[in-house]
Amino acid sequence: MSSAFELVCPAGGLPALKTAVDHGANCVYTGFRDETNARNFTGLNFDDASLKTGIAYAHQRGVKVLVALNTYPLSDNWVKWTAAVDKAAAFGVDAVILADPGLMEYAHRTHPQLRLHLSVQGSATNYEAINFYRERFNIQRAVLPRVLSMAQVEQVVQNTPVEIEVFGFGGLCVMVEGRCALSAYATGTSPNCNGACSPGKAVRYEETPAGMETRLNGILIDRFGKDERAGYPTLCKGRFEVDEETYYAIEEPASLNTLELLPELMKIGVCAIKIEGRQRSPAYVTQVTKVWREAIDSCRRDPEHFVAKAAWMAELNKVSEGQSATLGAYNRPWK
Amino acid sequence: MTNFKLPDFTLPAALARLGSKLPQLPPTLALVTGLNLALGRLLPREPLEPLIGKRFSIRVLDAGMTLRFTYGTRGFRPIFAATAPDLTISARSRDFIALLMREEDPDTLFFNRRLLMEGDTDLGLLVKNTLDGIDLPRFDAARLSPAELLHRLRARLATPHSA
Repeated sequence: MSSAFELVCPAGGLPALKTAVDHGANCVYTGFRDETNARNFTGLNFDDASLKTGIAYAHQRGVKVLVALNTYPLSDNWVKWTAAVDKAAAFGVDAVILADPGLMEYAHRTHPQLRLHLSVQGSATNYEAINFYRERFNIQRAVLPRVLSMAQVEQVVQNTPVEIEVFGFGGLCVMVEGRCALSAYATGTSPNCNGACSPGKAVRYEETPAGMETRLNGILIDRFGKDERAGYPTLCKGRFEVDEETYYAIEEPASLNTLELLPELMKIGVCAIKIEGRQRSPAYVTQVTKVWREAIDSCRRDPEHFVAKAAWMAELNKVSEGQSATLGAYNRPWK
Repeated sequence: MTNFKLPDFTLPAALARLGSKLPQLPPTLALVTGLNLALGRLLPREPLEPLIGKRFSIRVLDAGMTLRFTYGTRGFRPIFAATAPDLTISARSRDFIALLMREEDPDTLFFNRRLLMEGDTDLGLLVKNTLDGIDLPRFDAARLSPAELLHRLRARLATPHSA
């Protein structure tokens, strides 16, 4: 079993960071208030003062702070991303989470002491790619895309010295991380470069006699019946009419929940588990961090007899998007 | 830290019917007064600047109340015009209280169909994220003890007023 197994929790602001630290996160991941990160929503994220306060708060309690700079710069705004790397390094963050190889090269060259994590947005699904990033940019950790089965995750872990972090809980997308153009197709704004899938300016919710409708730039994404659980208005999770049948033609709105896979993830040598949701409120961070801390501690004490408690699952289901929770690709029988 | 959890409740249906027939000004005044008291203290002014001139509507479904107000350079004030608000937020009274207490996440309430945000979603995100970003002082019951209050009062009286 891995000697260290870190719980990596999301923080969209200082109160979320503090509650994650208070409830047992080992790392908190954050972002600046601009398009340099993949949760670039209005009013979300950290200004300089709040990030400095957050770093001090976390470090006093032995918790690491990571900064996601995981979108892709363009030639005309390149300096914005390099300035963000410089700022993160100057603030003393424990690592930056990067996706763009050019930015990785800049960070590696300019701040050789700065720890680099490969973002899920980098979409590296095999150990050759991860080892390449290690060889060129000395990345220390890679966050795996949510498309690999457990056997594939194990194969990656066994063939790289890079620490492997996987997603444990939260919203799912179609998982063409860093390369998805669906939202850009509907809104004209690229999540990969601007940091927001379904940006607020393009989203509308409306209660109608037929149900609650969600629209993205005018396109009807879904219509929910009275007691139907709702999801975010993302194009990949819309219900569309195909061959005279209306259904989730691309993907159902579902949340990943791998709590029951904890013993196996620890056993195969995964070093960290990530909770999705920087866009969520401190209440969510509190609820989810508490459950995962308890579960990880329980699993570390006695992995053989670890059981995902019903109360934990109920708490996690309560905050989930969509109608169901899923083990995602981890448990798929095919490879 | 307290382990108090807000119970799940819905006000009686009769109250919603009655509430919708009552004048909406008194509860709206109470709300805007509270908001104005917080302004510049708990509620930072700067991030709220995009809210200037916007019209808001808070619908407390089980109380039958619709509180309409706007935000300007001088703070929050009720509005009476029936023009469509820029942002309408609807939920039960229990869920509004839970949001204020940071006991519930708005996205969770939305997924569970207990909260609806209609109108300018970006404005709604700004409001939500600004409120979420406020670093509230930790509630410490010990600070409310008579001896502590007396001590703080003395300290304040001893401090000369600044201009």
